[in-house]
Amino acid sequence: MAEIPLVEMRGISKSFGAVKALQRVDLELNHGEVLGLVGDNAAGKSTLVKILSGVYTPDEGEIFMEGEKVEFASPADSRRLGIEMIYQDLAIVPNLSIAGNIFLGREPVKSFLGIKILDKRKMIEQSRQAIGRLDVDIRSTKQSSGGLSGGQQQAVAVGRAIFFTPRVVIMDEPTAALSVKGIKKVLELVRELEERGISIILISHRLPNIFAVTDRIIILRTGGRVGERITKDTTPEEIIDLMVGMY
Amino acid sequence: MKQDKLEKVRGFKNCFTRVTGGLRKFSQFREAPSLVALLGIVLISSLLSPHFFTGTNIKNIFTQVSIIAILAMGEAYVILTGGIDLSLGSVLALVSVLIAGCIKWMNLPVYLAVLVGLGVGTLCGLTSGLLVTRVKIPSFIATLAMMAIARGLALIYVKGVPISMFPPEFRIIARYLGPVSILTLIMIGMFVIGQLILSWTRTGQYIHATGGHEEATRYLGVNVDRVKLFAFAFSGFCAAVGGVMLTARMDSAYPNVGQGYELDAIGSAVLGGISFTGGVGSVGGAFMGALVITILGNLLNLLRVSGFYQYVFKGIILAVAALSLSRGVKYAK
Repeated sequence: MAEIPLVEMRGISKSFGAVKALQRVDLELNHGEVLGLVGDNAAGKSTLVKILSGVYTPDEGEIFMEGEKVEFASPADSRRLGIEMIYQDLAIVPNLSIAGNIFLGREPVKSFLGIKILDKRKMIEQSRQAIGRLDVDIRSTKQSSGGLSGGQQQAVAVGRAIFFTPRVVIMDEPTAALSVKGIKKVLELVRELEERGISIILISHRLPNIFAVTDRIIILRTGGRVGERITKDTTPEEIIDLMVGMY
Repeated sequence: MKQDKLEKVRGFKNCFTRVTGGLRKFSQFREAPSLVALLGIVLISSLLSPHFFTGTNIKNIFTQVSIIAILAMGEAYVILTGGIDLSLGSVLALVSVLIAGCIKWMNLPVYLAVLVGLGVGTLCGLTSGLLVTRVKIPSFIATLAMMAIARGLALIYVKGVPISMFPPEFRIIARYLGPVSILTLIMIGMFVIGQLILSWTRTGQYIHATGGHEEATRYLGVNVDRVKLFAFAFSGFCAAVGGVMLTARMDSAYPNVGQGYELDAIGSAVLGGISFTGGVGSVGGAFMGALVITILGNLLNLLRVSGFYQYVFKGIILAVAALSLSRGVKYAK
């Protein structure tokens, strides 16, 4: 144990009524690592990362960041510590502008006669920068997000996640709704974030994607952690066997 | 010569595209149908009644619309977050009798009585909000309960009897400054503040976001419960302001006042283009909706249509408005 992991989740349990979604699951994420999180439906992947992003509070277990215990009462807390999540449905609010979506929850404000009002110009300009880094055709960030295509929505969600220099980016099925070209872009993005030293947790059903970009894979099955493999030392067949419980 | 003609045709074409382009741009505004409805009803009214465009009548309309418009704005806030508030009329009545009691029975100074009224109204809204956010009761049911409770409390407080004849310091609220009622000035002030909150503050941004996609807004770290609490409290405050204004205007308070006002408020919001699923609309729209409903009532009064029929007319207009708006949304998509 040479290095303290960036994020460590220990003994996480979570139930929804009678359903035990997670039972004493551990997860550690190292600095600059791309971690794949795989499992069949209802294995608890989304629940686990939603606990890390502060959406759910765990019934049991602890979370540490760089060795220090942290508690997330809401997603605002985890975002403040640099944990960003790109949700499966992208969490785009259709009636807000693109700028409004990118800054949702952390809008810049300026003081006007002692009252804090939105700094709209800053929102529009900075969101243009955020989107500009991504290769996508969006003319103005003032436009409403309702009519955006899947790829454009994805770009807004990604722009939102990476704009505030995060330390961890969680991606929940980022490729589920995308074309082949879109998937390639996401994988390129993962590599680019990795180069910038950002740690990533990637959830995906598509094992080829997992194998293309991750360093390590954690396998969940029915709410428990059933295995961990270094990506270059394993095969898709072995992962699938772990996922469905052939071992 | 030929050149001249060509120029003319081109000029005409330019003019034409400018007009249609302008129309197209206009039709994209969510409030456009409301504005058309408003102009339509003004036109119809002026054709049907010679008394419509008289100074006194216009003055009356603006005084009447003030109270309904303020309630509509409170309703708009709640509807924008994706909820509904059915308690406005009852809260208005409770505030009305409380202020009356404070002034006439407890001899409190007028400003204190008004403050008590505004405080209690806001508290009613806050309570509805807590029922929705903490107890997780749907807003329809929570505010239906508040509607019954506030009305009951109003009846209990004055034992069913009206109170009237207030001191001039209180009645001043309903006085006219030249042709404009102070009630109207209060309404304009409230609307300016209401729209500024919606379009220029974080709270306003979160009200739209909560109505647009509540879960996503929560996931991004916004305290959605606090946003809803604010909307309900604001709605209660608006009802209270309406209560103060109505009491001053009628110079009396009775516990059955304001029945059906919540329907006018909801109707105004719908007519004003505020989406019932939340997130889309402006308080300016709510104002136009309130104006349409007020003018409709005014016209029916001018034509001496019985109050019983007025309900039916209002209902039909509302249904047609809702229908055309939902069609519009479909086409827009």
